[in-house]
Amino acid sequence: MADERQQLDVRIDSAAREGLTGTTPSNIYRPLHDAEQVTTAPDGRPMEVQPAWRTDFPIDWPQDHYVERRDFMKFMVLTSLAFTVGQLWIAAQNWFRRGRGQPQLVRLAGVNEVPVGATRMFAYPTEQDPCVLVRSAENGFVAYSQRCTHLSCAVLPHVEAGALRCPCHEGIFDLASGRPIAGPPRRPLTRVRLEWHGDQIFAAGIEERTV
Amino acid sequence: MPKPEDLHFFIDPNRCIGCQACVQACTECDTHRGVSMIHLEFVDRAQSVQTVPVVCMHCEQPTCAEVCPADAIKRTGDGVVQSARKPRCIACGNCVIACPFGVPEVYEDRQIMMKCDMCYDRTSVGKKPMCAAVCPSQALFFGTHEEIEQLRPRSRPVNRFQFGRQTISTRVFMLMPATFVLQQPYVDVTAAMSEQPQERSIPLTAVASHDPFAEVEL
Repeated sequence: MADERQQLDVRIDSAAREGLTGTTPSNIYRPLHDAEQVTTAPDGRPMEVQPAWRTDFPIDWPQDHYVERRDFMKFMVLTSLAFTVGQLWIAAQNWFRRGRGQPQLVRLAGVNEVPVGATRMFAYPTEQDPCVLVRSAENGFVAYSQRCTHLSCAVLPHVEAGALRCPCHEGIFDLASGRPIAGPPRRPLTRVRLEWHGDQIFAAGIEERTV
Repeated sequence: MPKPEDLHFFIDPNRCIGCQACVQACTECDTHRGVSMIHLEFVDRAQSVQTVPVVCMHCEQPTCAEVCPADAIKRTGDGVVQSARKPRCIACGNCVIACPFGVPEVYEDRQIMMKCDMCYDRTSVGKKPMCAAVCPSQALFFGTHEEIEQLRPRSRPVNRFQFGRQTISTRVFMLMPATFVLQQPYVDVTAAMSEQPQERSIPLTAVASHDPFAEVEL
């Protein structure tokens, strides 16, 4: 079969030159082979004897984008396995925490030692867990962990505003319930359960909440 | 869509008249808008007005891609070596040092290497690259081998370049005198660098014979 491209009229105004002035779509040209280009190393030796990084970092775009079905499946299976293991890990942690029970009673203050509108810092259940006791009304005692649920900065009580404020990213929590009102935090503060024995206030356990 | 397989880029340095049309047209290409990727080089500026347009030669084994530590320079299936991938390029400049033809450029302000990509938006749909479309003397030509044979019967396209002991073959062709190609079917670049023009050099007598400072007393 004669190839019409070989009989091109080279005169500048000929009809066959149209493609060369940039007006003809490329589908009039011979279709390409499969663009499965093979990167050749500069030393010309075959890919089998080349170092492994040549296969891992090919120069050609088709090879660079090519993902084997087996590699894709491996990625999918391993990723979902990691998610599953993470869920199991969280469940196991919950289970063990419940098994440990609540920490013991710790005396915080006498009722008369904290006037209305005052706050008292304490650490509960360990020395590494700073908490804050707030008396917002005559009988309005609340206590929360100071750890902000966003990035664990220490929240500061603002009793007259009825809020706890995290200075790091302007997270605001409701003082009465500990729920997030504004800013990046999404979970309420850990509440410290309070008990009264006579006129003494005791911390009697912690209540971690997700919503 | 890839570049049509039968269309090739041909450079004929003999025909270059140094008009800078390609440099200006290059800035209008959409793949690198506003920046000219073509280098219009003077061969020996003191002795001659001869210029040579330098575009990316699109090597078969691109040295720029070989040395890229960030794996940013990729070649498409049609053999066109593309500019650095923007998310990968770290603007280290290895490619600038490695390229035997001196094509890539690092743009410090935008932290990326950019190079001639044969106007991929145009050639991939069968159009000529900007420079070849405007070149008035057709020193830059984009077309088929059959056309170039008919248009330049006394020249032969060569795509092998000798750098010392290393041979580099490219997708872009350079047109050489046919008689010369019969003896040596490649361009010996390193030999040409030390070559001195002799009988073909044209002394610019108007400048050389009259020394304007000869009679000046200091």
